[in-house]
Amino acid sequence: MNISYIPLIPLVPLAVFLLLGIFNKKIKPSVSGYIGVIGLSISTVLSLNAAYQYFFISGKVDGVYQTFVDKTVWMHFTDSLHIDMGVLLDPISIMMLLVVSIVSLMVHIYSRGYMKGDDGYTKFFAFLSLFSFSMYGLVLATNLFQIYIFWELVGVSSYLLIGYYYTKPSAVAAAKKAFIVTRFADLGFLIGILIIGYYTGTFDFETLNNPEGNVILNWASSSFMGLSVITWALILIFIGGAGKSAMFPLHIWLPDAMEGPTPVSALIHAATMVVAGVFLVARLFPMYYFVENGFALNIVAYVGAFSALLAAIIAITQTDIKRVLAFSTMSQLGYMMLALGVSGYDGHDGVGYMASMFHLFTHAMFKALLFLGAGSIIHAVHSNYLKDMGGLRKYMPITHITFLIAALAISGVPPFAGFWSKDEILVAAYEHNKLIYYVGVFVAGLTAFYIFRIYFGIFWGKDKKYEHKPKESPWSMTFPLIVLAILSVVGGFIPFSEFIAADKVGFTAHLNYPLAAIAVSVGLIGIILAWIFYKKENSLSDTYAKAFGPFYKWAYDKFYFDEIYLFVTKKILFKRVSGPIAKFDKKIVDGTMVGIGNTTVLGSRKIKGLQSGRVQDYAFSFVIGVVIIAIVFIYLWTV
Amino acid sequence: MISGISIYEILTVTSLLFFIGIYGFITRKNLISILISVEIILNASVINFVVINKYLYPDMLQGVIFSIFIIAVAAAETALAVSIIINLYRQINSVEVKDTEIMKY
Repeated sequence: MNISYIPLIPLVPLAVFLLLGIFNKKIKPSVSGYIGVIGLSISTVLSLNAAYQYFFISGKVDGVYQTFVDKTVWMHFTDSLHIDMGVLLDPISIMMLLVVSIVSLMVHIYSRGYMKGDDGYTKFFAFLSLFSFSMYGLVLATNLFQIYIFWELVGVSSYLLIGYYYTKPSAVAAAKKAFIVTRFADLGFLIGILIIGYYTGTFDFETLNNPEGNVILNWASSSFMGLSVITWALILIFIGGAGKSAMFPLHIWLPDAMEGPTPVSALIHAATMVVAGVFLVARLFPMYYFVENGFALNIVAYVGAFSALLAAIIAITQTDIKRVLAFSTMSQLGYMMLALGVSGYDGHDGVGYMASMFHLFTHAMFKALLFLGAGSIIHAVHSNYLKDMGGLRKYMPITHITFLIAALAISGVPPFAGFWSKDEILVAAYEHNKLIYYVGVFVAGLTAFYIFRIYFGIFWGKDKKYEHKPKESPWSMTFPLIVLAILSVVGGFIPFSEFIAADKVGFTAHLNYPLAAIAVSVGLIGIILAWIFYKKENSLSDTYAKAFGPFYKWAYDKFYFDEIYLFVTKKILFKRVSGPIAKFDKKIVDGTMVGIGNTTVLGSRKIKGLQSGRVQDYAFSFVIGVVIIAIVFIYLWTV
Repeated sequence: MISGISIYEILTVTSLLFFIGIYGFITRKNLISILISVEIILNASVINFVVINKYLYPDMLQGVIFSIFIIAVAAAETALAVSIIINLYRQINSVEVKDTEIMKY
């Protein structure tokens, strides 16, 4: 398979970024939008072509999907240890290429309408292109170091875009929070990479992931505190992934990240960047599965399940629609993580792996659609809050229909996309771990409930007093909604298991009817409950909120995780640890240096009178000096 | 060789002359006086050259020749110094040392 054109996929957005970034003020906003869209379209076409070539023509040899690698040595340390740059094509990277391309292109088109008239229009498109470049680089990475570089680059683009409205203090704070929290998690990632590099002598995915390779066969060769060092490295790498994918307890940045423009939330914080953590675990899946009999993988499963549950509970109580969607994203990411965690490796055992990637794909479509729909609504009513919305279905028919499709998809109602992927996840969980399966089913119900809560709250109920009459968004915004809605409907019919499997062979997945029936009925119960509570405005929800009392308040305040973090960082870390260290630095280290300087200045001030400008004074000191030297040499110097 | 006078007496005189010159150089307030003091220092050393030549190496002439050099150079130097002082006087209307103290911290 010819893969020489693959590097163009990331490089075109990079070129667009440089063009728009350098000639920021010289390019008219109307032109810069088109440049961004055209750049992304080129990448999308190339990605689609690559996917077609790979899946249907030349990817499969003897029934196994091959891995194509094209790389060059970038930094050469020793003959065995070097860092490469290149592209790696295998089923999941191709799938991620498609996800990133489609969502990013739709968001580019959408942004042309949404950001119209904004001062930083060109800058916005430059940042979007930078993000697309980084994300493409991340999914195509051939080794751990390359993925780390692009990992940080997506972090930077996310930071830039969350803080896009930089005159708003809350946006600046949110950007900083997102960057610091993910950066903190990435420290774990980096340490994990270094451990792997040290103990295995390679960063290369192909070498690391080979089930018959030295790395996986010799995982027990060195251990630390009762676990293999490789397991420790994988846990640390998972911490990095958990930070990016907003897993408990590193999820606190994601809701705040909603301060960014809504297309950014759709692209980065729903569809692409936040799934990087899932992608990372999937990328190293053979290692996770084989090393220490999947010890690290179990951690992934439980963290994912717990995050899914926690986020779904919080999502029910939130009143800002973007925050509901943010917690929903976190919950669905937890779903993907738990699917990876309960997955096996060979053939049909690997259904969890396939389901996770499948859900990643469908979730990207319908969650981006939900966010873009929310953006369209916010554009119309100029508020994020549920209390300012109601009865919008009459004013915004296209947004209404597409939002409904996305809501049905995320609730797992057949035949929408979410149903198929969620069903596979529940099958995998049922076969491997019953506890996680029950959590998954419960979360499925909660998901349907909270998403229809906001759906009914936005589109049904009484009209609110709107300052301007809400009207449907322009064509540039509704077109992406329609495209994504179509994908949310048909996406589930893609026979994913044929294309993506942990052992790269592919298998035929069958619908498990009893399990599917349970999942669907739980989802329908959630929808019906939401219908009873929120279809017409009534006091039922308030009554139940009161009945739950403190628990409701607890969930509404996001279980006080922010406060806990603030307490730990401010009261303990800053005050007890960093404070004294800073004081030591300021007082002792700086103090010594400043003291030396000050003493010199004081001393100089005292003796500067010696340079009086009177030549006779100098001559006098000169004579005295000569006399002293003469006395010393004649009378006192005895050898 | 001067009969009745030993080299020590003459060297005592030149040392006195030398230190008188230095004392004058340090204490005088007037630039002309300082110049004269410098000349006294020079003359003390010239006498030293001549006397040491005469008393220690009477058959040689280097000391005497050096003293002639020094006198010539001193004359040139004095001319130069006086011209500088005259120029200074034109600038600041004074030849006092205290008026030339601008080259300090």
